Parts: sequence; C-alpha cells; structure tokens
Amino acid sequence: MLDFFVRLFRGEDQSKQVAKERLRLVLVQDRMSLSAQALDAMKEELIAVISKYLEIEESGPEVVLERDGESVALVATIPVKRAAGVARASR
Amino acid sequence: MAGRVIVITSGKGGVGKTTTTANLGAGLASLGRRVCLVDADIGLRNLDVVMGLENRIVYDLVEVVEGHARLRNALIKDKRLDGLYLLPAAQTREKDAVTPEQMRALCQQLAEEFDYVLIDSPAGIEHGFRNAIAGAQEAIIVTTPEVAAVRDADRITGLLEAHEISNPRLIINRLRPQMVRRGDMMDIEDVIEILAIELLGVVPDDESIIVATNRGEPLVMSGTSKAAQAYRNIVKRLEGEEVPFMSLEQDGFMSRLRKLMGIGR
Repeated sequence: MLDFFVRLFRGEDQSKQVAKERLRLVLVQDRMSLSAQALDAMKEELIAVISKYLEIEESGPEVVLERDGESVALVATIPVKRAAGVARASR
Repeated sequence: MAGRVIVITSGKGGVGKTTTTANLGAGLASLGRRVCLVDADIGLRNLDVVMGLENRIVYDLVEVVEGHARLRNALIKDKRLDGLYLLPAAQTREKDAVTPEQMRALCQQLAEEFDYVLIDSPAGIEHGFRNAIAGAQEAIIVTTPEVAAVRDADRITGLLEAHEISNPRLIINRLRPQMVRRGDMMDIEDVIEILAIELLGVVPDDESIIVATNRGEPLVMSGTSKAAQAYRNIVKRLEGEEVPFMSLEQDGFMSRLRKLMGIGR
C-alpha cells in the first residue's frame, strides 16, 4: 500500500514517458529517411558536383543517414584519387 | 452532387480499421445517408464478416473490376439499415488483381450514387494500400496509443500527403483510461502531439466490440457502451457537427480518492 502511494506521488518512470521519448526519436529518423531511390539519385548528383573539383574513385562513394544519439546526419564518404585540379574552378 | 470518398487506413494491422469502417458506415446510414462500404483488403476480406453479411456475397470487387459482374449485382444491401451497402473483396485473389486506376474509376462510379464511400484499407503500404487510397479524397487514420501503431500512422500520414490526400483525420482506438491514469499508456494529447494531425475521435477499449463482431452486428446499431457512443460522435463530426469529446474517466474508487486528496484530475 505504501508502495502505491510512493508511486502516486513520484510519478516517475512511467512507461508512457519512455514510449513518448522513444517515439519522438524514432520518428525524427523515420521522417528524414529517404527512399532508396532518392538516396541513389542524390548520391549520383553529389558525385557529379564533387567531380567538378576533385577526381573521385568511381566505385567508392557512399551516402548514408546516421543517427548519433539525438541527432541525425547525412554522411557522405567520397574517396578521392588526387586533389589536383582543385584550383581549376574559377572563383 | 458526388459523394465523399473516404479511405480508412492505418499502416499497422489490427488497430481497428475494419471495425471502424463498419461502425462509421452503419452510423452514417442511421442518420439517413446513403453509404457504400468497400472492402479493399483483397485476399483477406473481413468487412463482410464484421458486418455480418458474409453469407450474402455473390460477386466481389475483383469480379466487378474485371467485368465478370455488374456493380449493381455485387453490392450487398444491408437489410438492417436503409441506404447501407457493402462491396466485398475477393477472398481467393491477391492485391494486384486490381490496379489503382481501376479503383479510381470504381470509386468515382460509386460516388455518383452514394453520399459516402468508405474504403476499408488493408494494412501495409504496398499495392493494397495504394489501391485503397487511389479513389479517395479524404482519409481517416486509425491508431492505438502504442509505439508501433503510432509510428506506422506517422508513415502513413507522409504517404497520404505524397498521394495528395491532405488533412487526414485521426481516430485513436482502444484507449484504456485506467492504463492512462497509471501512466502506462500514452494519452490523447501525447498521440496528437506526436502525429500532429486533426483528431476526429477517440474510441475506448471495450469488450462489447468483440461481442458485436461475434454476432456480426456493428456496435452503433444497438449498443449503449462508451465505444458505441464514441462511434456515434465520430459520425456526427464527419457530418460537420461539433461534438465535444467524451470524458473517458470512470468514477472508480481510486479516481474519487485522488480527487478527494486533490491530486486527481
């Protein structure tokens, strides 16, 4: 009985709070997820743009959405052959 | 004046789409509207059984769409309520037996004869879902206050928007006031805050719904439980009436004790 009253006044550890928080986080990621197609299309365009300034290893590039704790980031890994030609683009 | 074509969908299975479709349809017909229920769950039909019309199926949606049967002959007239009809799904076919274009044409045809066309969508986001939404202008999303259901409802909201069905409205089903009070279930505000769509109604968890399905008699036809009342309120809101949301609090001992102690709602 005492336990009941303690829980009543404490109101913590409510499983619904946990549920809400988990939902909030998972939805941030869900809402940002692009379809595989869109991701591929974006990757192609990224490669095209970067190729104007750097020479890229054709098979290398990877684009993923990563979740780090509370935030989500788009991470693109683009292996570069060499940095020559960087100054080619006119400024 | 063409009728309203509304799809009832959820993403998650088992949250109450079919029960909702049956009860909203019966409820609208009780108000004198001409309503056609369409079971878009090809291969896993259930609207017929929930409505108690399973013994009267002669032709189904697929046969109509393929031209083997006339729509008029496939529609099952519910003998309990004037103006209530059911177009059953096929049981031995698969979702791809029908295309979205065919559904669109069918819904247009139905909308010319009915005030409401309610489409019971299958669970999922694939072909069956796309068929179900193809002919709809409005959508009702059904969810329960549980993590998986809410997550799927969110995805569905996005997909509906992508298919140009904006402003879907939400029904929260199977709410358990006692669990909400204990903090073991998300409450109405929690769910709306997360999904951010307009609330159409809340239906409490209620054993009478199972009894009603056992008998094949939609709750709204004769029920007096809170769930029945909730469905009736939703029907009125669909018709444009402003109905305040029911209090789902039960006046149990603990609730009164809490109020006495000044820590209850």
